[in-house]
Amino acid sequence: MSGHKESILREPLITGRDITYAKITDDILMPVENKPNRAWWIGFIMALCGATLWVVAVSYTFWFGIGAWGLNKTVGWAWDITGFVWWVGIGHAGTLISAVLLLFRQNWRNSINRSAEAMTIFAVICAATYVVSHMGRPWLAYWVLPLPNQFGSLWVNFNSPLVWDMFAISTYFSVSLLFWYTGLLPDIATIRDRATGVRRRIYSIFSLGWSGSVKTWQRFEAVSLILAGISTPLVLSVHTIVSMDFATSVIPGWHTTIFPPYFVAGAIFSGFAMVLTLLLVARKVLGLENYITMFHIESMNKIVMLTGSIVGVAYLTEFFIAWYSGSEYEQYAFINRSTGPYWWAYWMMMTCNVISPQLLWFKKIRTNIPATWILSIVVNIGMWFERFVIIVTSLHRDYIPSSWAMFYPTWVDVSVFVGSIGVFFTLFLLFLRALPSIAIAEVKLLLKSASEQSKMEEIREGHLNKEYVAEYIDSLNKFDSVKQEEYAKL
Amino acid sequence: MSNIKYILGSFGDPDEMMHGIEKLQENNIKIYDVYTPMPIHGIEAKLGVKRSRLDVLAFFCGLTGTASAFALIYLTSVVDWRHNIGGKPALALPDFIPIMFELTVLFCAFSLVGAYYASTHLFPGRAPRVMDLRATDDRFIIAIDAKQNIEHSKIDGLLKDAGALEVKYNERKYVSYE
Repeated sequence: MSGHKESILREPLITGRDITYAKITDDILMPVENKPNRAWWIGFIMALCGATLWVVAVSYTFWFGIGAWGLNKTVGWAWDITGFVWWVGIGHAGTLISAVLLLFRQNWRNSINRSAEAMTIFAVICAATYVVSHMGRPWLAYWVLPLPNQFGSLWVNFNSPLVWDMFAISTYFSVSLLFWYTGLLPDIATIRDRATGVRRRIYSIFSLGWSGSVKTWQRFEAVSLILAGISTPLVLSVHTIVSMDFATSVIPGWHTTIFPPYFVAGAIFSGFAMVLTLLLVARKVLGLENYITMFHIESMNKIVMLTGSIVGVAYLTEFFIAWYSGSEYEQYAFINRSTGPYWWAYWMMMTCNVISPQLLWFKKIRTNIPATWILSIVVNIGMWFERFVIIVTSLHRDYIPSSWAMFYPTWVDVSVFVGSIGVFFTLFLLFLRALPSIAIAEVKLLLKSASEQSKMEEIREGHLNKEYVAEYIDSLNKFDSVKQEEYAKL
Repeated sequence: MSNIKYILGSFGDPDEMMHGIEKLQENNIKIYDVYTPMPIHGIEAKLGVKRSRLDVLAFFCGLTGTASAFALIYLTSVVDWRHNIGGKPALALPDFIPIMFELTVLFCAFSLVGAYYASTHLFPGRAPRVMDLRATDDRFIIAIDAKQNIEHSKIDGLLKDAGALEVKYNERKYVSYE
């Protein structure tokens, strides 16, 4: 609430001097209301090239069929499902930030939730394209729906996790979209009321006539809270069900009860890494250093470290249980993973996902922007390898040694994957231009309670515990957007 | 004088605006509505806006989703076309849970947001009912019906005392139609 002051020990969520409500609007809408700068154009053209490659590769797949990929009789799932799980996992951070952190009243989510949710939506779109294109006959994709068909009244098999997955992913996508869009309404109205001409007309339609009256806001908050409450179990269920695509089968290496929590932790891990990859660049290019501060970066790094460690424990547990089970097939699957022909993929995964996040124990690394950015990419490479290891190494040596095989991707496999990254970035960059990348209304809520300037004023008033103030000023050292000289004077 | 429809007190600070509401209420001046760029906590109690019942609706629509999912699966794979999968029972309840859960969330979310849009009249193409264009930017606006509250100079004074940066006399209700 606006009148309420929070403890001085808490680090500020908005830094900078002379921040007013008007300045918040101006700063955040800068990329929306002005012509894009050169950095945006370079990024956009590169992303668009990637997206074009994706269109070519996916059209090629549709035309010639799945044979265009490097799949063989033994390895029937490879880069397609790897890409699918990778993208769905990335999407999880957005919902986690917008829903779980809202329920836990973590105010720092207010400045990152919007772009993280956008990222969720675009990542799920990328994931969904894999599902459709790996079907072989994508024009029959509607067969996964429970429709009575003209070939007899045989329904879909509701015992199949693939059907559950269809329900989970489509619910997840549509509910995330609703949550995101409802949250956007007040900010679209802000753009509308500042714009003129055609722009105003367009934003007016998309604002659904938002007025900002008392009742609208009161209902808005109720709706946000309930949506957060239902999205929290939803996001956990989605990756649980994705993991069941594997876990309910009887393939050694897949048939494990640890998969649901392990996949969910991995999803949050890779999702936060992707949020960092995107926001570290966006805050610099769009000049949002005062709103996405070092505190936000450090908090996200802590989550990456925690979930990375959970993933590490899961890897070790999985290995231990394979040995402890006494099942020689299970044991072989794991020995083969780490020492077989795909040893390099396994150790790549181990290094990127288990060892590299441990570097974040060091505050110097956690608060260093280039180091964080590189680590965030390393984590996403590692998470891609995790899915590749789980999928391909469990399949490539099956029950008869004569059918053992390796998987070699074709140019189409590579292009679909690289292209999907292009599609993702194209959508994300368009989002940055068309809609506010930070939830304006939610950041305004923090101005009076959690901004650097309000805390500065409190210090000036001088009723605070000196020790606390010293600790607070000390914590500001890591911020790249805080001017230390002004505190020396106090 | 008589052409004035609404008096708007435009505040730059939410706490001052809350103070303004108190002042007006102490003087028995009825507030038409308040427009703010962000949610103001505690304002609904002051203005007597009732607690939303959207949560009750969401709960029952969620239950409808659970029931619909169960009905769908039960009628298709138990009643209409039984599969014999290794002799296992057709009514495999644990297998039904994921979809029952997903449809619970789906029904709950869509009906909740649908009811919210309907109850606050939000839909694409609706002309925005905006009294002051800065209410979505940096101003906190208290709107008072000028026809019902005729002591305009008193209202002006009260608003300015509470810290209003500006007091506007609008001859049209909504500026956004222009």
